[in-house]
Formats: sequence, structure tokens, C-alpha cells
Amino acid sequence: MSRAEIADEFNVKGDAPPARPLPRKRNLDWLGLVPFFLFVTLFLILPSLNIFIRSFQSLETGGFTFDNIAQIIARADLRNAYKASLSISLITAVGGSIFGFLLAYAVCLSGMPVGFRTFMLTFSGVASNFAGVPLAFAFIATMGTAGLVTRWIEALTGADIHAAGFSIYNIWGLSIVYMYFQFPLMVLIMAPALDGLRREWREACENLGGTGGQYWRHIAFPILLPTLLGTTILLFGNAFGAYATAYAFSGSFINLVTILIGAQMEGDVLYNPNLGYALAMGMVVIMALSMLGYAYLQRRAARWSR
Amino acid sequence: MKRNSFWSWIVFIIGMIYFFLPLFAVFEFSLRAKRGVYSFEAYRVAFMDPEFYRNFGMSLFWAFLTIIISLVLIVPTAYWVHLRMRRWRPVVEFFTLMPFVVPAVVLVFGMSRLYARFSLMVELPVLLIAGYIVLSFPYIYRAVDTGLRAVDVRTLTEAAQSLGAGWGVILFRVIFPNLRVAILSGVFLTFAIVMGEFTFASLLSFDAFGPYMEEIGAMRAYTPQALAVVSFLITWLCIGLINRVARGAPGQGQIGGAR
Repeated sequence: MSRAEIADEFNVKGDAPPARPLPRKRNLDWLGLVPFFLFVTLFLILPSLNIFIRSFQSLETGGFTFDNIAQIIARADLRNAYKASLSISLITAVGGSIFGFLLAYAVCLSGMPVGFRTFMLTFSGVASNFAGVPLAFAFIATMGTAGLVTRWIEALTGADIHAAGFSIYNIWGLSIVYMYFQFPLMVLIMAPALDGLRREWREACENLGGTGGQYWRHIAFPILLPTLLGTTILLFGNAFGAYATAYAFSGSFINLVTILIGAQMEGDVLYNPNLGYALAMGMVVIMALSMLGYAYLQRRAARWSR
Repeated sequence: MKRNSFWSWIVFIIGMIYFFLPLFAVFEFSLRAKRGVYSFEAYRVAFMDPEFYRNFGMSLFWAFLTIIISLVLIVPTAYWVHLRMRRWRPVVEFFTLMPFVVPAVVLVFGMSRLYARFSLMVELPVLLIAGYIVLSFPYIYRAVDTGLRAVDVRTLTEAAQSLGAGWGVILFRVIFPNLRVAILSGVFLTFAIVMGEFTFASLLSFDAFGPYMEEIGAMRAYTPQALAVVSFLITWLCIGLINRVARGAPGQGQIGGAR
């Protein structure tokens, strides 16, 4: 801790400035934060508040109602949109976590040359940011009707998988696409966590006669668990809010909540503007809950990082 | 350890295939514009289109505006929080993390409905840039925050003040140069994100590279794949630059999000 930071610590707790007593005058320091909070109010808080209020507003009377929320539960198409969004997020979050963890383990702890690790981390940085329209194109070129893998399979076995009724434009196909930006994110977050496992912990375990399996089961894994679960939640939210990739990949074939909100914006496809707000609010609630979980697990994970 | 490293190699190879197969596929596809031979015909067609340059240029312009305004907004705020408003740090941090809670499509929906009546907000790209700035918050703020922790802000400020510098001079000639490395990685990431961004531009009906790609995708064969390759190269370039700038610490500051 530098001297300035120590001084700051005191400054937070007591109200006397550390060095010299200043003449008492009106504190105008808060003015420095006005631009930021003005921006945040205009473009984050008010729009969110608007969504919140309107989703409880009746279309006919303008009064308070739970109708919009009730309709989401009652209407099969809206319920299914949530179901599709939730399942694709769950599939890719769990799948991405497991695979990302194994990959991070492989490049960090299995004694691979350092070059592989650097390469994998750089590439993960690229892949986790390579989302949206071009990613969808890449996967259509891979496994679409004229895609590379489709042609390979046809050349090898003579079977046209797409003619046989196999489709990639469903939840599983989209999951494969999402995985491209999901597991690299896990690698990026997991690699530093794996580096944080102290050699001494392993040695202590071995000195006490523990095996490698016991070390992982009783020491390493419990330490890594909060990070692992926290990142899984992050991946969940990452997939849940994605719009561009799904839109460019399958158009409106897959009825996701984000796709519905987009469609509702371009033309009132739900025939009730306030229903759109309720849909959007549902997303924010789910995201907020998952982020609360993330924050809690982050705090637990931080215990071991000192 | 032998068995262990065998499985590690298997996982590593699967990961590499997952990374490279789609890239190889889209590249191969983009070369097939002429029947029977590989050629760069699709790229020629892509680069012939004046619309490509217009949309790409618009995205460059949006990225430029986003980065400038975001820096002007975030750097002084983060600096001030470090120097005088420590108590507000969690609050500021909370708001910079909001893009992880409010998905882009929800934010654009809320903003466009709220400001639909203000024609200036709709005709000028106010909401577009505001949305991009919100998207860039976590990356720029985090980068700047990390940078500020590494330098002794208070001493630097006091030294500058005792030499007679005003706030403008302190910010632009003392703080900004000290944060150059931190700021650059945030800037490159923001650039990569804005250049390929689709949700905001498409739903607010502004010309940009993302919606253009999508439109071409519905119109032509082979050219969209060529554009996807171009877009991938931009992302690669930006991440490469981040790693170059923040030498020796890959994985730091390059964590983006889905679009």
C-alpha cells in the first residue's frame, strides 16, 4: 500500500484531511461527478425506469395492472420464447464452462509449452469478442446446407444430412454457435485462477500423503468452485442477452426473447406495446438475479486470492 | 502425469478445431465465388461496392465519436473518484457494469421508446452513440481504474498543482499520459466492439458495417463470407494491439461480451 492510499483510507474513515487543515468552505467536490451521473440518468436509469413503469401499465386505461406480466405466463408463444432463451443460455453456460475449464487446465497445468498457453489466451480474447453477424456467417459456412462440414460428410459417406431432415436452425445449432464466444471467456477468467493455485498447497497435500485425486477433490476444486460457478453465471447472462448472433444466424426461426423484443421494436408484432416492456423487464429481472449470484460468488472467490 | 497430459492434448486439439474450423470454412467459402477455382473474386466484389466504404466509414466515425466521448466522460470521473470521491467508487463501478445486466436489445428498446418524441434525439445519432458509450463503460472504466491504481494519483496531482497547473493541464498533460497504456487497451476493445456492432445500429436504423453485412448476407452469396473474414481480421488486429500494448499480461482487459 502506498502512502497516498493509506492517507486515503484515513480520509474515508475520519473527515479531517491528512496533511494540513483546510479552511472550512463548502465542499463542491461532488460537481466533478455530475457529467457522469447526468449521462447515466439520461441513458441508463430513465430508460430502465420507463420499461419498469410501462410494463405495469394497462394499455386501455393507463392505470396500474399485472396484466402484461400475466400475459407472458399465459401466452404460449411468449412463454416458449423465455423457455428457448433460458435453455440456450443454460446449455451454453454449462457446456462452455466445462469445456473452457478443461481447456484452461490443459494449457495452464498439464505441462504444455508456454507458447501454447499464450496462443490459447490470445485466441480466446479474439474469439470471445468475435460475436454477432460475422460469427453467424462463419457457422453457416461451416455447417449450413453448402457448408464445409456438410460437404465433407457428403463426400465421405454420400449422405446429405440436411436433406435427411437435419437442421442447424434450432436451439442446438444456435448453441454450437454461441459456444464459440462462451468457452473462450471461461478460459480467459479461469487461467488466472488456475495460476493462483499455490504450489505449496499441493506440496502440503503430498506431504500429508494425499494423492493427486484427493488434492483436486478436497483442495483445488473447492477453492476454484466459486470462480467456476460465478463465471458460469456470467456466461449465462452473456448468452441470454445476445441478439445479433441469433438474428443473423436464423432470422426469426428461433423464437428467443431478444428476437421478439427486436421484432416488437420494428413493428408492434405483439399487438400490445406494453407487452414489449414487460418482456424486456423480465429479461432485466433474470439478468439482475444472475448478476447478484455472480457478485456473491466473486466475493467468496476473492477470499483465496490474497 | 502422463495420462493427464494425454487428455490435455486431446482437449487442446478439440479446442483448436473449434476455433479454426469455422474460420477456415468461412475463408474457404469466400474463395469459391468463381466456379471450380479458388479466387479472391468475392473480395473484389466486396471492395467494389461503394456502399461498403460508406457503411464502413460510418462505423469508423461512430467508433471515433464513441471513444472520444467515452474517454472525456470516464477518465475525469474515474480520476475524481480516486482523488476526492472514494466513497462513490462502488456506485460508479455499479453503473459502469450495467451493460452486463441490461442487454443491448433491452437498452435500445427502452431508450428509443422513451425518446421517440424528441425528434433531434432520433434524427441525430444521439441514442446510437449513447448506447455504444454504455457498452464501452465496463471496458474503458476498468482499464482506466486499473491504470489509476498503478500510479500515485494524489502525489502527481499535488506536484502538478504546486507547479501551478490548473485542472485542464493536470488532466490532459499529467493524468492522460500516465494512463496511456491502460486507455489504449480499453480503446482498442471498444473499437472492435463498435466496428462489428449490429443491435443498436440496426434497431435504430443507422448505417453501419454490422447491418450492412447482414443486408449483404441476405442479398449475395460469397461476398458476406468475405466481409466476415474482414471483420474477423479487425477483431484479431485489435486484440493483437491490446496484447502488444499490455505486454506480458494476455487475458487482461480483453474480456468482451456477446452481441
